[in-house]
Amino acid sequence: MQFDQILQYTLSGLSTGAIYALIGIGFSIIYNATGIINFAQGEFVMLGGLLTLSCLELLQLPLWAAIPCSVAVATVVGVLFERLAIRPLRQPTPINLVIITIGGSILIRGLAMLVWGKDTHAIPPFSGDDPIAIGGATILPQHLWILAITLIIIVVNKIYFYHTISGKAMRACSYNRRAAGLVGIDVKRMVLFSFIISSAMGAIAGIIVAPLTMTAYDVGVMLGLKGFCAAIIGGMSSGISTVVGGLILGVLESLGAGLISSGYKDAIAFIILLLLLFIRPQGLFGKADSERV
Amino acid sequence: MKRDLLLFACFLLFIMSAPQFFAGGYLMNVLVFVGINTMLAIALNLLLGYAGQISLGHAGFFGMGAYLSGIMTTTYSLNPWIAMPVAAVVVGCLAGLIGLPILKLKGHYLAMATLGLGIILFIVFNETVDLTGGPSGLSGIPNIEFAGIVFDSDVKNYYLIWGVTLVVMLFSLNLASSRIGRALRAVHDSEVAAQVLGVNARILKVQIFALSAVISSLAGSLYAHTMTFISPASFGFNFSIELLTMVVIGGLGSIYGSFLGAALLTLLPEFLRGANDYDIIIYGALLMVMVMYMPGGLVRGFPDLFRKIFKKKAESGHA
Repeated sequence: MQFDQILQYTLSGLSTGAIYALIGIGFSIIYNATGIINFAQGEFVMLGGLLTLSCLELLQLPLWAAIPCSVAVATVVGVLFERLAIRPLRQPTPINLVIITIGGSILIRGLAMLVWGKDTHAIPPFSGDDPIAIGGATILPQHLWILAITLIIIVVNKIYFYHTISGKAMRACSYNRRAAGLVGIDVKRMVLFSFIISSAMGAIAGIIVAPLTMTAYDVGVMLGLKGFCAAIIGGMSSGISTVVGGLILGVLESLGAGLISSGYKDAIAFIILLLLLFIRPQGLFGKADSERV
Repeated sequence: MKRDLLLFACFLLFIMSAPQFFAGGYLMNVLVFVGINTMLAIALNLLLGYAGQISLGHAGFFGMGAYLSGIMTTTYSLNPWIAMPVAAVVVGCLAGLIGLPILKLKGHYLAMATLGLGIILFIVFNETVDLTGGPSGLSGIPNIEFAGIVFDSDVKNYYLIWGVTLVVMLFSLNLASSRIGRALRAVHDSEVAAQVLGVNARILKVQIFALSAVISSLAGSLYAHTMTFISPASFGFNFSIELLTMVVIGGLGSIYGSFLGAALLTLLPEFLRGANDYDIIIYGALLMVMVMYMPGGLVRGFPDLFRKIFKKKAESGHA
């Protein structure tokens, strides 16, 4: 196997990995604030892509305006989801939460199918599609956009969580919800914030990946699950280890698809997921923490 | 105990007399599916409703049963009567092996792990083209033959499927009210407390997981032999969700509830013909509404509702 080919697979793996990382951080933020694994996370990724499509084609908005618009709409859906489904739940046992977020995800997906139909849609790349040569490999400008936007989001995320009052309050919730409530943090508001942030992040991930992979009403399932896999590798952290988890997953998947078999590409992520859950449920980098299991 | 037997006898009578009314019609075919889905819903309910362990990969076990049976009877031309138990044993062993590490996980993590397992199995059904025929499916699976009767019509299949389903039901009802059933419910409520009282929760969970997989595999084999054609599309993630919906709608921890849920969700699309592709929206909405407003499912939800209304009337009567 030539070096060039491996470089090519690694480079394209890194950009898909960045997407997984964004989705994975979305999972972790909600999980840390609420203890919920939001099975509907992938649907926000789908919404991001498809809403941008509508903004571009129906409303004829320029790209720079279409992106914030669709992120805003997806975030509103996230808020509604928290308000209408999660908050009124009378018996928030884990099984009920799993079932209700699955129900929500199916509902959102079904409504998207009603609105956008079953076809696959393409979104134009942000800045042309002339390939750029790096060593013996080539990448598209969109790959660079993905990496850059992911980087920006991670930095903003870090600043929010460590240098603002509400970010610090959210971290307090993730350590101990009751204690956070006792020192005067409005836990319910933090839960709402966590849904806002992660649905917005999911939507952005969906928008930046759409020009590369196309988008359809059902892309959310796979992307969501792989994002979850990235979060598990990262030990459900909303920081750098989930990013590393996403990148590892993206590169392994891309190499596996290229060198072994493209048919089993999707299986790779789930085999990694199962192995990790069996052997190191605390994540690849985490210390043993029996609470998580 | 007597009441339980009476209830089951009534149910048996109801099921066995149904063909009198529907024979010959298209509905007969749908009722065969109600039987298969009832079996699957009961299997999942034993795990989810009694032991409190979620599985989002049961369509995978269902598919394994179907494919193992299908491959053994077509490629290796074995008799279905040999293929079905072999498939069930293989699936049971596999579920037991996977169950050991997977059932250490709880709640959301268990949900994700079983979901991953289901998707891996789905990918395998699609990709092992030499064995399964891949996405285009496996055809020419023989019907079951017993004492000279070939089960090749809807009415015959109805009796075959429902015969097995009723046995599974009786077995599950018995299991639920036995010592094991009580132990399962104890594990559901508090694993630690159950363990303190001498229940080996870890082994028990694996056993019920394997049993649930065996029943699903059996349902899969029967499905393959009645349909004579199978393709991976029937065993995907969506079907796992459909099973979950059946169990939740009918009522967690109620065997008759599983029948109710399976019947409702199998018949519903037939009445919603126009909304062919959109039934998935209804599933999603149903799941959410049930969990929010009727967590006990239809079986417990309706009596509760009546009681509430009745109580309110009585109270206003006093005032």
